[in-house]
Amino acid sequence: MSKSDYKMTIGIECHVQLNTKTKLFSAVDNDAVDKEPNACVSPIDYALPGMLPVLNKAAVEKAVRAGLAMNCKINLVSRFDRKHYYYPDLPKGYQISQMYQPIIGAGEIHLPDGSTVKIEHAHMEEDAGKLTHFDSYSLVDLNRAGTPLIEIVSMPDIHSAAQARAYCEELHRLMMYAEVTNGDLYQGNMRFDVNISCSKTDKLGTRAEIKNLNSFRSVEHAIEYEFERQTKILDKGEKVIQETRGWSDATGKTTSQRSKEEAQDYRYMPEPDVPPIVLEQSYVDKVEANMPMMPDEYRSKFGVLNLDNSEREAILNYPILAKRLNEVLDKGGVQLAPRVAHWFSGVLLAEENLDKDFALATANELTELSEMVEKKELSSTGAKSILMEMYDRKNTQKTPHQLAKEMNLLQENDEDALGAIIDEVLTAPECAKAAEDVRNGEMKAIGFLVGQVMKKSKGKANPATVNELIKKKLS
Amino acid sequence: MIIADKNTKAVDLVRAALDKAKEYEDYHCFISMNEARALDRAREIDERIAKGEKVGRLAGVPYAIKDNYLSPEGVTTAASRMLDNFPSPITATAVAKLEAEGAIMIGRANLDSYAHGSSTENSYFGPTLNAHDKERVAGGSSGGSAAAVALGIVPFALGSDTGGSIRQPASYNGVWGMKPTYGTVSRYGVVAMASSLDTMGCIANNAEDVDLIMGIIAGKDPKDSTTLDDFWNRDLDDAKPKKKKIGIIKDFLKDGVDPEVSETVLNYANKMKKAGYEVEEISMPIMKYGLAIYYIIQPAEVASNLSRYDGIRYGHRAAEITDLDSIYGKTRDEGFMPENKRRIMIGNFVLSSGFFDAYYLKAQKARTLLINAYNEAFEKYDALLCAVAPAPAFKLGEKTDDPLQMYMEDMMSVLANLAGLPAIAIPAGESKSGLPIGVQLIGPRKSDQVLLNIAKSVEENA
Repeated sequence: MSKSDYKMTIGIECHVQLNTKTKLFSAVDNDAVDKEPNACVSPIDYALPGMLPVLNKAAVEKAVRAGLAMNCKINLVSRFDRKHYYYPDLPKGYQISQMYQPIIGAGEIHLPDGSTVKIEHAHMEEDAGKLTHFDSYSLVDLNRAGTPLIEIVSMPDIHSAAQARAYCEELHRLMMYAEVTNGDLYQGNMRFDVNISCSKTDKLGTRAEIKNLNSFRSVEHAIEYEFERQTKILDKGEKVIQETRGWSDATGKTTSQRSKEEAQDYRYMPEPDVPPIVLEQSYVDKVEANMPMMPDEYRSKFGVLNLDNSEREAILNYPILAKRLNEVLDKGGVQLAPRVAHWFSGVLLAEENLDKDFALATANELTELSEMVEKKELSSTGAKSILMEMYDRKNTQKTPHQLAKEMNLLQENDEDALGAIIDEVLTAPECAKAAEDVRNGEMKAIGFLVGQVMKKSKGKANPATVNELIKKKLS
Repeated sequence: MIIADKNTKAVDLVRAALDKAKEYEDYHCFISMNEARALDRAREIDERIAKGEKVGRLAGVPYAIKDNYLSPEGVTTAASRMLDNFPSPITATAVAKLEAEGAIMIGRANLDSYAHGSSTENSYFGPTLNAHDKERVAGGSSGGSAAAVALGIVPFALGSDTGGSIRQPASYNGVWGMKPTYGTVSRYGVVAMASSLDTMGCIANNAEDVDLIMGIIAGKDPKDSTTLDDFWNRDLDDAKPKKKKIGIIKDFLKDGVDPEVSETVLNYANKMKKAGYEVEEISMPIMKYGLAIYYIIQPAEVASNLSRYDGIRYGHRAAEITDLDSIYGKTRDEGFMPENKRRIMIGNFVLSSGFFDAYYLKAQKARTLLINAYNEAFEKYDALLCAVAPAPAFKLGEKTDDPLQMYMEDMMSVLANLAGLPAIAIPAGESKSGLPIGVQLIGPRKSDQVLLNIAKSVEENA
């Protein structure tokens, strides 16, 4: 029996933390990064008696944007429900969620490989707090309690670990482009629950759910592991148990957490404290009109740049880079834009300590920089140095020309000026041998001469021009 | 209601109220008193009056809050062990509005724990006695508020009404009780019982006082998304009914209703006729299902709202805990009264998967039918008339062992809550043994002032 006989079916639920200023139902700071535990907690989040949730309208707009980014139907009427369970990180004893009438309806997203994954729905809900466990006690931090989330539920349209990863990456891109989340996976801004089943027939197998995966890599690896585990069980003629499993990056394994029998009864109930969200179509239209370009639009527009897929996708991972590249393309056309694309993927993104939060140079500046190389005013190496200097506009306000001048990188293209230096080099005693060799047709020696000229010009000479001039003089 | 001015000192009004509270201590109207601060506030108001400053429409008027309203003075207990030492950092919107008009809270009135009950016998601190007969209950859950007004300790008190908790004790003690349209008064800062049914209102001695107080506490509150725009903005005399037609709910004149109570309802109907109203009987068979609907929806919301009392962040926590389950289990076992636990269990049952559709969803559908029946009736009538409770105040301990009998107390009062309608309890007579009997008028949404106008006109023409 071969593994390839099995078809794997995967559905993914993704929690996205929305980057609103305040929480979903209370007016306290939603950004808890680097804050003391319990510094961002209101009486509402703390669930004092008599406290009532007040819906944050900005979170509704972010949810609508997220829905539009996924080509989803926006439901003009949606409602909140209470999902009950006891845990110290859940102060009210229930989570306010949308069980029955979610704000985001069906839609679909297109992956870079051309496949499509349908979205079942997405709903708004509040995040829980965080527990830290010690030997004999645990500490509760409610900074995150009440952070707005949307939970995006896919249809079981995914059939491989690689496709699952691509789906998660594309979701991440879409949410970043829609500007609804900070998208920092390390901070838990996006978390994935993956449902996997395997079967040899069209009838779906019993699924296991792997909860709380917080990196693309763990999504991929957990699914690979789970495929092996489930198919081994099925090969033995045994049954896969429907259960929730946890993934450990350290061991590279999933382990059982809770079986179906132990599953909680959430006792869903309509939330009486929050009136239904009622949207006007005109409101949705307005939000849609203000949406920025999405990755798919960029992909089709960047076709003229002839980038390879990995290069293009690497750029697309940074909305600011895609946006800028698009502007450079509009300004400088296919002659100037590809160079900027290569700088982004090959230079900027290759930088190990790249501050993710850079204030990128403007399209005018990048176009100018590319044009300087095009006009041979700047060597390609020189341009890269300038790019690294000015990519983050927090560091400098100088123009590429100013920087080139200051950094002494402007190239000498003036043949008279270069001619004088070349004459000097060719008559220097230490170069006599090389000059003789070139005269005799041994072109390998020309490199040495060009190097000498570059040295004398302090790097400002354009090596290609120098090469041509030397050849001419020694022919 | 006497309001402080140049001749009447707030300090005297407050001291008189405090003295009376002491005199009637054995009725156990209060869980805690706010004496020192109340007197400070009174002196401050007197000083401002002396300086000729504006002091508000309720300057120096002492009042009581049901002890489920949060305010930073003392502790808010909700008459439970769970919160018997809970100092609130919050002031309920209704309390803040009254204080801003110069009213002075002198104490926190007793109630059934978490407002679960119809007799105030479920209070962790013991029952409140009826103002007219110390062997009988004050009604509930706002029993302390009603008795305090009936005994003349305070001219008014705040209460909360989820299924009759303002009107029934008002009726038992012979005072007025207003349950406004759902959303009239902010629920912010009041310990929640059942959120879709909870309404905040008052107990007082006459229609004018009720109107004044409600006019102050009503209005939109950004902290409570279910509040309505302020509609309590007319002169009471301008809020005249359009049709001058009243329907008596026929279904509540016989089965399960004490003949003395039915007689009082019919007598009141005659008074209405004398005052120029056309009164006729109307059959509303669905009303009989009100109690069944209520005792599904209310416990469901109660179970949900009480989930936050888990011993983790505030309130009672059991002493001997070994693990997370024992924090929850023991804390909630010790912190809640038996009636609280009964409702938590019923509520969780009707919400559990497999039963949700049969109970909760069905009840919600029936609730819609009930609302439709009311809407239909209000096409014809300005208001509907029926008793508040099936009988006058019962004896202490008489129904404590029979929760179902206790629930029957609510059969006529829960309807207005289920439909979100305003209802006012009006003292309408006495039993042969001298116990007060009240009737209630129920009107369409936002007709609160019209109901008061009708009741006032009946009073004036009697």
